[in-house]
Amino acid sequence: MTEPLLAIDDLNVRFRTEDEPVYALNGVDITIEHNEVMGIIGESGCGKSVTALSVLQLLQSPPAEIIGGEIRYKGENLLERSDSEMDEIRGNEISMIYQDPMKALNPVLTIGQQVTEPLLAHRDVTKDEAIDEAIEMLRACGLADAERLVDEYPHSLSGGMRQRVMIAMGLITKPDLLIADEPTTALDVTTQAKILDLLEDISDEFDMSIMYISHNLATVSEVADRITVMYAGTVAERCTMNELFELPLHPYTRKLIESIPKLDTVHERLPAIEGSVPTFNEPPSGCPFASRCPQYIGSACDEVVPQAQPPGEAYDVEAEHTVACHLYTDASSEKPPWTTEEQTHDSAY
Amino acid sequence: MLKYVIRRLLVMIPVLLGVTVLITLLINLSPGDPARAALGAQADAQAVANLRQEIGLDQPVYIRYIEWVAGVLQGDLGTSIVTGEPVNQMIMERLPATLELSIVAIAITFVIALPLGVISAVRQYTWMDTGSMVFAIFWLSMPSFWLGLILILLFSVELGITPISGRSGTIFTVEWLSYLALPAFAIGARRAGLLTRLTRSSMLEIINEEYIRTAKGKGIGGRAVIYTHAMKNAMIPIATLVGLQIPMVLSGSVIIEYVFSWPGIGRLLVDSVSRRDYPVVQGIVLVYAVIVLFANLIVDIAYTQFDPRVTYD
Repeated sequence: MTEPLLAIDDLNVRFRTEDEPVYALNGVDITIEHNEVMGIIGESGCGKSVTALSVLQLLQSPPAEIIGGEIRYKGENLLERSDSEMDEIRGNEISMIYQDPMKALNPVLTIGQQVTEPLLAHRDVTKDEAIDEAIEMLRACGLADAERLVDEYPHSLSGGMRQRVMIAMGLITKPDLLIADEPTTALDVTTQAKILDLLEDISDEFDMSIMYISHNLATVSEVADRITVMYAGTVAERCTMNELFELPLHPYTRKLIESIPKLDTVHERLPAIEGSVPTFNEPPSGCPFASRCPQYIGSACDEVVPQAQPPGEAYDVEAEHTVACHLYTDASSEKPPWTTEEQTHDSAY
Repeated sequence: MLKYVIRRLLVMIPVLLGVTVLITLLINLSPGDPARAALGAQADAQAVANLRQEIGLDQPVYIRYIEWVAGVLQGDLGTSIVTGEPVNQMIMERLPATLELSIVAIAITFVIALPLGVISAVRQYTWMDTGSMVFAIFWLSMPSFWLGLILILLFSVELGITPISGRSGTIFTVEWLSYLALPAFAIGARRAGLLTRLTRSSMLEIINEEYIRTAKGKGIGGRAVIYTHAMKNAMIPIATLVGLQIPMVLSGSVIIEYVFSWPGIGRLLVDSVSRRDYPVVQGIVLVYAVIVLFANLIVDIAYTQFDPRVTYD
């Protein structure tokens, strides 16, 4: 088996705060293959952005510290690189686009200055050549008026335009991996759709992998090939996009899918997962979802940290489908652990 | 932009009128009589009255004010009651010395404060940060006239490195610097303390902005992140402070010029106040007001250079 483009292996991140440390990532495993769009999904505060920022080592440290694990990029552990050695990777081989394009562009520098910067830092080009490439890339990202825009400042652009600028800025060095951290969250729905289309097109065109982070399952499902479901700093489930909707295994994943409003069903209330993501002042001692889990099965959930593994032969899933849940470690359970539709009917009538 | 500058220049007229009215009232309402001051306490009452008439002091204040303003509009600030010299000439002879002192003091402020402020923000909570802040508080808590005296005592009297007072006639020479260094530092040190703290806090605010993370994520290197991305944003509040500091530097220079016998308009102002030389006092205050107004106009225009979101039409 060839080495994946990016392999995050057992990543642990802790934030030191004044009172108690917060364990933000507790053994995260994510792999991204070449030319693959990996969706990362989970509620706010479950460690998606921390994971993304860890890859480029952009976490503010202190308070953040990476206390364990590896981030292997093309086989090399990036965590062993110094900050200046990381600069060879940042914006060059791995680029990142951020959640809020309103805040992520420097208000006092022109679009041209900001878009050409990665090129000038990593490629042997003159300023004029860089500007030409920037204009071309801005056009490719759907900004027809690129020649004028390079001399403009961010405040004169709309949110959607700014996000296109961010994307152009990320792509200008033709990186192998683009990390998109909720790139559509701050945009209105029609703009969201356009940005998603753009990301899909460019991932094909530039042969690049994307790590697409979102809390919105609907947008992720538009672009992702595979998906990693994160919960409270851990990976709950990992599978292909198709199987996510057809055979979700982890109770959290199932709850997430249920929470998507559907047009063909009338809900009294929008289904939601009760409670909120816990924060850990020490590494979790059991399943992090235990306190909210509708299928809590007892002391194992509280006492043993579930490991990601295939669910077992009872489930007809692809080999790479893994889930971290005690429902599937329990060998005695032969039936699917969730109540099937028939059972629901039986108990209701 | 041109429109804006013209509008600002027009606004200066009422401001300057207000300043002159205030200063005229202030000096005329304060006790003391220039004729008496000129002739001495033992002088004959008749002689004093004659002198008063001669220099026009027998006229009511508002008549004298209007006559003075009429002169100013023609570029004539009047003549000194004490020496009989034209005020224009007295100010023009001494203005370069004051400007030199003030500009060098501001330059010292920048040279000290910007690097220290940036370093203490970038290396927050390290010994460099603590050191810079101790340095800032140290100078900030020192009154400039006292600092001036201490500097003279240390460098001129004890060590004999610099002259005690006065100004060299030369410029950009070692001698020039030896005269200028102490008074300029005495004015600049306190401002530097203030500016160091402001630079630190505005840099700290900016380096936590998301666009700074974006810049880091491009792999352009730490220096480029600070100088290209953070500094230009930090200059916006710094420019504001500098605008506010210019009047402070000028008023600080009045005392320091006196302490160091610096032949500028500040010292002339103090002398003229004690001699009740009304026209000279009025003239100098007017010049100070004009300098402050223009300096602030320049700062406001400088904003457009630092912040593209600021436009004036």
